[in-house]
Amino acid sequence: MAIFNLNINGTSKQVDVDPTTPMLWVLRDHLDLVGTKFGCGIAQCGACTIHLDGNAMRSCQLPVSAVADSKITTIEGLSEQGDHPVQQAWLEHDVPQCGYCQAGQIMSAAALLASNPNPSDTDIDNAMNGNICRCGTYTRIKAAIKTASQKL
Amino acid sequence: MTTVNTKLDRRSFLKVSALAGGGMMLSFSWLAGCKPTAEEALGLPKEWFELNSYIKIGENGAVTLFSPNPEFGSNVKTSMPMILAEELDTDWKNVIVEQADFYPERYDRQFTGGSQGIRQGWTPLRTAGATARAMLVAAAAQTWKVSASEITTSAGILEHKGSGKKAHYGEMASLAATMEVPEEVQLKELKDFKIIGSSKKNVEASKIVTGKPLFSIDHKVEGMKYAAIVHPPAFGMKLKSFDKSSVSGMSGIQDVFSISLFKEDYGRNFFDTTTFPEIVAIVGNSTWEVMQAKKSLAVEWENAPESSFEVGGFGGRPNTKVTVPSGLENTSSHKDRMKEYITKPGTIVRKDGDPEGAFKKAAKVIEKTYSAPFLAHNTMEPMNCFADVKGDKAVVYGPTQAPESIMGTLVQALGIPKENIQINLARMGGGFGRRAYSHHMTEAALISQKIQAPVKMVYTREDDMSAGVYRPAYSATYRAALDENNNLLALHVKAGGIPESPLHANRFPAGALDNYLAESWDIPSNITIGAFRAPRSNFIAAAEQSFLDELAEVMGKDPIEFRLELLKRAETNPVGEQNDYDAKRYAGVLELVRDKSKWNTPAAGVHRGVSAYFCHNSYVAEVVDIKIVDSKPVVEKVYAAVDCGIVVNPDAATNMGEGAIVDGIGNAFFGELAFENGVPNKTNFDKYRMIRQKETPKSIEVHFVDSKVDPTGLGEPFFPPVFAALANSLYKATGKRYYEQPFASQLEMQNLKM
Repeated sequence: MAIFNLNINGTSKQVDVDPTTPMLWVLRDHLDLVGTKFGCGIAQCGACTIHLDGNAMRSCQLPVSAVADSKITTIEGLSEQGDHPVQQAWLEHDVPQCGYCQAGQIMSAAALLASNPNPSDTDIDNAMNGNICRCGTYTRIKAAIKTASQKL
Repeated sequence: MTTVNTKLDRRSFLKVSALAGGGMMLSFSWLAGCKPTAEEALGLPKEWFELNSYIKIGENGAVTLFSPNPEFGSNVKTSMPMILAEELDTDWKNVIVEQADFYPERYDRQFTGGSQGIRQGWTPLRTAGATARAMLVAAAAQTWKVSASEITTSAGILEHKGSGKKAHYGEMASLAATMEVPEEVQLKELKDFKIIGSSKKNVEASKIVTGKPLFSIDHKVEGMKYAAIVHPPAFGMKLKSFDKSSVSGMSGIQDVFSISLFKEDYGRNFFDTTTFPEIVAIVGNSTWEVMQAKKSLAVEWENAPESSFEVGGFGGRPNTKVTVPSGLENTSSHKDRMKEYITKPGTIVRKDGDPEGAFKKAAKVIEKTYSAPFLAHNTMEPMNCFADVKGDKAVVYGPTQAPESIMGTLVQALGIPKENIQINLARMGGGFGRRAYSHHMTEAALISQKIQAPVKMVYTREDDMSAGVYRPAYSATYRAALDENNNLLALHVKAGGIPESPLHANRFPAGALDNYLAESWDIPSNITIGAFRAPRSNFIAAAEQSFLDELAEVMGKDPIEFRLELLKRAETNPVGEQNDYDAKRYAGVLELVRDKSKWNTPAAGVHRGVSAYFCHNSYVAEVVDIKIVDSKPVVEKVYAAVDCGIVVNPDAATNMGEGAIVDGIGNAFFGELAFENGVPNKTNFDKYRMIRQKETPKSIEVHFVDSKVDPTGLGEPFFPPVFAALANSLYKATGKRYYEQPFASQLEMQNLKM
């Protein structure tokens, strides 16, 4: 076990965990930030996507020991009022069905738009291809990303 | 207006009572308005028709609907209150749905599945809403000393125009609670609907997009422990021994023990399907620590002997004796055995006319065999459950589609009486049939009982994908007899599977053919199976609709025109009496999709295929347009036409349709689970290919038949037809027919990238 000081959603947090613990479980089990979801544990489904210094990152493959001073943003910290343009677009298009994968989808989409405010269809396909939605809401996800890009 | 009796049948009624602190509560039976089919009447126990839901109207006018059905993504939590709000004549935004926990005394039967939520809720919700409205009107009439007939309602406000008196519902609710429930109430005319038929957004969407805890996997209480499980690596194996000392020194590990789900003399129910009745549990301080220990645990497995046990029938049907064979099974030998069964006689399920005679005199016989592999459900939220069992009390909170079934299982496994077990129902991160089998809840409860502390058990993705309860592997052989002028003389289907047959012998094209033969077969297996989005239909639709496409081509007919001709026959002069579809509605969706897709004038470079199917009381026809771009099939567009009766929430219904179409295309291209010596060949998403953003159709259009018929299923019916629509469009693009799912492997052999 070891003590780690983390910058999460703009606040500093301290955890005492095994250094190999992935950020996914640090967030979920130790910091009660359960919006970041467990789906596969091998960075293949995207349900656990967070931002590490603004870049989309699969938190299930990110050991807490590798985070250091990087800024972590989770779905809970994407916006203060739940009104990030991507979140608003998700509501406008009524994207979710079961809803389980959507936090990861939103975090991937927000990171894409931060670096590429006007993505093409191909850009969206590439950026979002790591996020699985078993309910099959992909067409709405793409439409919502386009709507959000117009409002940025 | 339609007048309905509030006493919908001899077993159901409405009951009013006062709310503590003011307001009214109207209890009603969720299922009372559902006229069950003969098959369902057998299947639905009479307790289903007891009071099992209620609405509350508080003094502030807020309306709470208590829903017995768990939410797994079909959006009933939004659509059901819309129905209630419509007849209650209140602003739908004032209606909230409270998820019913599982109260044994009130909710003896709760189930989500079979696309039945809206269908079964329709009449009871309307009647309950209209009854509450009538009682509020009566309370206002008494208070204002005017005739009830002079009082109007709108958006939760009562008004007497003559005197200018107004009140909101909350003001009259306490008085209404003291009044007699009227014997008859009037329902609105469809033309007067303001809420039903207008799109309303998912009431939980804002929680979803901000990451609020909604699922049982998010649940945590003070002092809670974490558990992982270790199950045998192969079907046909069981636990021999484990060495606790191999992990007991590891960080955060508290205990390691085995648990058994069923006591010796326990009679299993229909949903007790589990692959591994004895597993090892590892309990510790965090998910990561127990998952690490799981990798290090020394366990020995051994071959399981053949076993047999009684299983209760679904919904009170007679028990059946199930024998689980021993052995480590292989997909290659499965395929060999399926080939044997294709050539030998099956069990005749339906026979019309003289099919054998017709085949004898046929000038031409076309025979094609279709197959599909086992599929894993792969809900994005892995199986998990929270449980807190102390002494003779238990609280279990987890994702389940069938709480009433798991209650019996928990009672026997824990040795705790039913009244001391509280089941709380979680929103589910996907269901697709998988969570009708809720052994994960028993596992968590047994772990908690052993440690006498609250625990959250979570499957790894590998546990989830390799634990069985799959969609079965299927095969279907279709034969058509044609005369020298290519007229269809007879049709023969022989379908089977491991371990169940996909045949629906009384569905189209049965009823449209003078000579028809349907045979069935099945091969026992120790690979467990269960309901998977539109069970059986999800395969037989693909086979049947691909075959009809091929047949139409041989007969020189347009594939839609050919189906319409058959349906015309089934409508005007049906063969047999058991046909379980309405040929006119079936034809209606084909005509609508033909119109909307401009079937006869496809865009340049587009290859299109069509398919239509009826299941879960709804009719769907789909056209898939593909292009070949850089040696890769690209789904440009999918058109769907659906007849599901009245559409309650059109945009949410469209979302369901889009999702099911994407899901179907994904499974048709990629879905496959194979076995070697009992071991599934895929255990995570690195190997198990799921459809992703890149393979998703560029656009999907969903069109609803304008209908005045009561609503029917929607979650499943869009799924089965898309397999064949895709196969038929791929044929147009490549000149090859696609008989074996998944199609990606065959496409790759044709140098088409997937």
